[in-house]
Amino acid sequence: MSRDGQNRRAYQELVKGLWRENPVFVQVLGMCPMLAVSNSAINALTMGLATFTVLLSSSLMVSSLRNLIPRQVRISCYIIVIATFVTVIDFVLLALVPDVHKELGAFIPLIVANCMILGRQEAFAAKHPVGLAAADAAGMGGGFALALFGLGGFREVLGSGSLFGVSLFGAHFEPWVIMLLPPGGFISLGLLLLVLNWVRSRRTQRSEDLVTAQGNPSR
Amino acid sequence: MKDPIIESRRYEASPTRLVVTLGLAGLLSGLAIVSAYEWTRPRIEANHASALREAVFRVLPGIVGLQRWAQRGGELRPADEDRAGERAIYAGCDDRDQLLGFAIPAEGAGFQDTIKLLFGYLPDQRSIVGVEVLESRETPGLGDRIYKDQAFLDNFRTLLVDPEIVLVKNGTKRAAHEVDSITGATISSQAVVNILNAGVQEWSRLLSATRTGSCGQTLEQPSPSGRNATSG
Ligand SMILES: Cc1cc2nc3c(=O)[nH]c(=O)nc-3n(C[C@H](O)[C@H](O)[C@H](O)COP(=O)(O)O)c2cc1C
Repeated sequence: MSRDGQNRRAYQELVKGLWRENPVFVQVLGMCPMLAVSNSAINALTMGLATFTVLLSSSLMVSSLRNLIPRQVRISCYIIVIATFVTVIDFVLLALVPDVHKELGAFIPLIVANCMILGRQEAFAAKHPVGLAAADAAGMGGGFALALFGLGGFREVLGSGSLFGVSLFGAHFEPWVIMLLPPGGFISLGLLLLVLNWVRSRRTQRSEDLVTAQGNPSR
Repeated sequence: MKDPIIESRRYEASPTRLVVTLGLAGLLSGLAIVSAYEWTRPRIEANHASALREAVFRVLPGIVGLQRWAQRGGELRPADEDRAGERAIYAGCDDRDQLLGFAIPAEGAGFQDTIKLLFGYLPDQRSIVGVEVLESRETPGLGDRIYKDQAFLDNFRTLLVDPEIVLVKNGTKRAAHEVDSITGATISSQAVVNILNAGVQEWSRLLSATRTGSCGQTLEQPSPSGRNATSG
């Protein structure tokens, strides 16, 4: 492949996770942290960045070791790699941002069980060179972090009337406490999925209309 | 002619190779985790210690220094060193080196999980002068108001512990030993009251046998500028 072609390929792997194959909005993976820690923007952002870091580091590691790991023990090896990075991140967060760590509680160790991470190792990193694996991981991790942050911001604005703890509407605003509770998580996620799928279907609809209007015989 | 079965076997790793791979992975993982732990530990311990210190200063308004106290030979006295499994409380000293009161850690069941808190207690006046929640997983928006709702925390500025602390319906607090509950989080409010009652019960007998007065050998010397410098 030419250098240009390689770059284009890496770019495609990067952007697919952000939109077309977004792990949250399209693949609907990683729902447990998605609903559990998206009750404030800062929690969601920290969780998103932690997951991003774990996914990127694991993909780099698995991809560079892909020819050394025997097929029979590959899943065990992926889990060891992922669990190691998660434990390290756990310590780092505890040392750097103890307050946020306290709020996230058990959900940092549970990143190990995020099926999106193991899924990317098996489906992509184990079969592709390091550069592409990094692009894929950055795209998927970034897509996950963005979705989590969007949901966290949305729920905090409605549920606490603030963003990053900064009050937005003044004292007369009565927060919608339901948005901070588990049902609020499901409602917000459902609304976001609805909007994004609507946008997506309108886009495909439009491009299909375009194709028919041009009388393209290949359709 | 190539035997397809033998051919495919070639790609099967030997059992030794599998064991070595997993063993090596475990070893490297262990090394990475232990290094990360050792690298972050001083910072994590310092965070814990300073969080506790700041909480002591918040629940005992007016103190400038603190001492760690624990049970030694049947009575409470200053005890700097940490013995395994031992429960300690913190004595607060004012700027004239007088012992003002104690910050007592206590814990108990909340709505979701164990609530850990620290309360400031004046043995002479048998009253609580401040409460700080150290750890809780109460529901955001409901139970978490036990540490986010200032009106609830104001209950604990001067709260008598005799005959015992009683939770009353929000807005009906009349006596100095009553606490206004949080509407919608009655269970968490009740949990805080229960934890305080149990904490007072546990320590008050020991504390009433303790001399108060001069702090004597204040372990952490207050600096001239007082609280800010000592809590820094
Ligand atoms: C999902 C959910 C979480 C709740 N979390 C708490 C909580 O953390 N603390 C609490 O005191 N009550 C919590 N409650 C409410 C209690 O069940 C109970 O209704 C409330 O404490 C009663 O308060 P009230 O007497 O002021 O109505 C929760 C309820 C639900 C449905």
